[in-house]
Amino acid sequence: MELYQKTAAELSAMLKNKEVSSVELTKAAFARTAAVEEKVGAYITLTEEKALADAAAIDAKRAAGEELPLLAGVPVSVKDNICTKGIRTTCASKMLENFNPPYDATVMDKLHAAGLVMTGKTNLDEFAMGSSCENSALQKTRNPHNPDHVTGGSSGGAAASVAAGEVSIAVGSDTGGSIRQPASFCGVVGLKPTYGTVSRYGLIAFASSLDQIGPFGRCVEDAAMLADVLRGYDKMDSTSYPREYDSLTAGLNADIKGMKIGLPKEYFGEGISEEVSKSVLAAAETYRQLGAEVVEISLPLSKYALPIYYILSSAEASSNLARFDGVKYGYRAEQFDGIIDLYVKSRSEGFGPEVQRRIMLGTYVLSSGYYDAYYKKARAAQRAIRADYAKAFEQVDVILTPVAPTTAYKVGEKTSDPLQMYMGDICTVSVNIAGLPAMVQPCGFDSNKLPIGMQLIGPRFGEQKLVNAGLAFEKASGLSNIVAL
Amino acid sequence: MKYEPVIGLEVHAELSTKTKIFCGCSTAFGAEINTHVCPVCTGQPGALPVLNKQVVHYAAKMGVATHCTVNRLCKSDRKNYFYPDLPKAYQISQFDVPICENGYVDFEVDGEPKRVRFERIHFEEDAGKLLHDEGDGTVVDFNRCGVPLIEMVTRPDIHSAAEAKEFLETVKTTLSYLQICDCRMEEGSIRCDVNVSVRPMGSDKLGTRVEMKNINSFSAAERAITYEVNRQIDVLEEGGQIIQETRRWDDSRGKNMVMRSKEDAQDYRYFPDPDLVAVEIDDAWMEQIESEIPELPQSRYARYIKDIGLQPKEARILSDSFDKACLLDDGVAMNRVDAKAIANWILSDISKYLNDKGLELKDTRLTAAKLVDMIELIEKNTISGNAGKKVLVQLFETDDSVDAIVEKLGLKQVSDEGAIRKLVDEVLAANPKSVADYKGGKKNAIGFLVGQCMKASKGKGNPKMINQLLSKTLEQM
Repeated sequence: MELYQKTAAELSAMLKNKEVSSVELTKAAFARTAAVEEKVGAYITLTEEKALADAAAIDAKRAAGEELPLLAGVPVSVKDNICTKGIRTTCASKMLENFNPPYDATVMDKLHAAGLVMTGKTNLDEFAMGSSCENSALQKTRNPHNPDHVTGGSSGGAAASVAAGEVSIAVGSDTGGSIRQPASFCGVVGLKPTYGTVSRYGLIAFASSLDQIGPFGRCVEDAAMLADVLRGYDKMDSTSYPREYDSLTAGLNADIKGMKIGLPKEYFGEGISEEVSKSVLAAAETYRQLGAEVVEISLPLSKYALPIYYILSSAEASSNLARFDGVKYGYRAEQFDGIIDLYVKSRSEGFGPEVQRRIMLGTYVLSSGYYDAYYKKARAAQRAIRADYAKAFEQVDVILTPVAPTTAYKVGEKTSDPLQMYMGDICTVSVNIAGLPAMVQPCGFDSNKLPIGMQLIGPRFGEQKLVNAGLAFEKASGLSNIVAL
Repeated sequence: MKYEPVIGLEVHAELSTKTKIFCGCSTAFGAEINTHVCPVCTGQPGALPVLNKQVVHYAAKMGVATHCTVNRLCKSDRKNYFYPDLPKAYQISQFDVPICENGYVDFEVDGEPKRVRFERIHFEEDAGKLLHDEGDGTVVDFNRCGVPLIEMVTRPDIHSAAEAKEFLETVKTTLSYLQICDCRMEEGSIRCDVNVSVRPMGSDKLGTRVEMKNINSFSAAERAITYEVNRQIDVLEEGGQIIQETRRWDDSRGKNMVMRSKEDAQDYRYFPDPDLVAVEIDDAWMEQIESEIPELPQSRYARYIKDIGLQPKEARILSDSFDKACLLDDGVAMNRVDAKAIANWILSDISKYLNDKGLELKDTRLTAAKLVDMIELIEKNTISGNAGKKVLVQLFETDDSVDAIVEKLGLKQVSDEGAIRKLVDEVLAANPKSVADYKGGKKNAIGFLVGQCMKASKGKGNPKMINQLLSKTLEQM
């Protein structure tokens, strides 16, 4: 077994036992990347030199007998919408193609403190807006399981880097499914934590009230270990919860006897492919056999989640992305006549079509005369959806659903029809609207040998239940550590 | 036709917090360009604001002092517009729920009581500054970006330029009493926009409103309002109509010009800022805020007239300055010397010293206790009034006690009867002509003789005793 085929949990143990050094691991990661990156295209920027230096520093600490955190010395990729000081952070946009942040995101400080070694910055849909990674203005990323298919998005590069064996773990972000859907398409584990548990300071905002950074891994334990590193209160982020978190890794327990798992009937109806439905229902059967109680539940407001999501996320995006005006940083049009022209040209040339579409949509729903009909109503509906979930969690511990209507579709298949693309988010957006945690992991393959994922949704701060339920299924199904290519 | 002006003001005051409203950068004025900046206040991608609770505290203080309702849950909203001095392309402000609502201030205009109501007070961040003279192109200085402001919006209760000016003075005095604003006009710590309309006298319908911007001082506000009221009356008198628009005041030319019409009015697309959770003012915090409100100028003004017997003008000077009023009140509270004497010292020598030096009371070392010590020595005839002036200068500039200063400068009056008698006898002997004049009926010759005695005592002789002894001796001669 090659190093690149090992999970982060396995690498962590090897490092601890000094069976391998961080420098060796890091070199192996870049060797694997060199071998597959042409087919995968996960990265926008590789930071090999810095990674090797960081790895050597960790090795030196270990050699000196220092007690190191679990993931110290393990290579990790980071989505390119997370600010890295002095390392360009592009959001896969022409707008920020040459932007070097003057500061590190809080999660970068946390990764650094935990001794992880960043390999580079991964591709995404421009400003995290998209579900296939095809909206990247800088890089094409392909599904490692089949390069004719998309990775999903927006964290497509992160998911692909893990699935292709370039790294075992990755940091992504999820606004409406951006961790979970690509995890599903690429056959890896992805966790979207409870809103407010991971600091957003330094995450270039798409929709502030929905964005949440989270981990990818090749197995549930990987995701749990990285989540433990990422979580924690940050005084720099007013939306982060001032509380302590117990280690998910330490709390891992595959015994789920008596756990109540809800199957919301609204998630298995029209629009969801039969192959996906079947596979997720089979997972439910596995849970039954493991001693869990599986019950049908209802989330009647699910059908409103998609419009609510596109109103709220676009509204916030229209304001969040206004700062990219060509004045201070980022792209500036070469020719302009006066300040208004500078704005119009810089933004028209710097942003891609999907970003522009969402800015226009968001500007519209916040406009005087439309605010009440759209934004305000969507906020009210958001509260109703939260109540919907709260009621469901009075009955069950976790909720099991599909992640997306289909498995990874072909490159170019949906790019001409934005609405069709938006429909693909139907299973994931309500989780962000409600601020809940949710985890995705592989539960099977379709007839084209493309991975099918399942989604476990938990109550607020219910991450431990998610990883435990996930671990139980992973052990029973053997669907873990799937490396493509 | 006679017209009545109807005026409402929007006053912006910079709060004197040490750090900015959403980051830890300094708010100090006058630093080198772009040195008080960080990722947050320059709107770097990914940077997030965290509300400075001192801003909430200060804004709520102003609300309590102006009889507002304070909304305990403080939410922030985004006001979206593009301008190069606004790095996020939105200003974080408060929209539908301002921290304070429905208050008022009372003051006097030409001796008549006046009340102006506040519609709202909210907090927000200041923008940066565009500098057009820094060589090639325009430079943006972000030092001011994120300095906290409160915006105070009045009801249209003001009906003349003079009322507007008095209102602004009252707001300024209140801010300085609360110690929440430096009130340095030249640094722009208080700015205002003016809304003006006119209507036929007696009408209760409001006329079309014109907003005026770029008003940089209270006297400019007075001039701008006078100009705009006259302009509107002229338009109406000539049969024209007032157009709802925003006009820019040019103080150097004494006129205003159209900035933008109603059609150009921007849609700010306000919405709650998702980066900021609401901050709650709990009961304990509210009590703390309320406990910090000092007795306000209006009340002190009335008390100084009634209790100390000052003239309204004198009471106004003292109550307008928090420092001076506190000095007076602290001194009076010691109950050792005549209250009016303290007031007089503050109104005369202390004010003159501060004016001459361009200082504020808090920049000096004078304390109420020492001022009272000094006045007490005068009342006890230990030192003369003139010596008191010399002591005062030392009290401003040193930490020495009054006794030590008197000792050091040798200012103790000679009140020993034997010594004074000797002095008087010598002066009388040396000035036979004046004595003859006095005896001959020129009673004011005694003034010269007193002066000679003072001179002979090097200013230390007790003038009252000298006067008495001289008169007595001359009568007996």
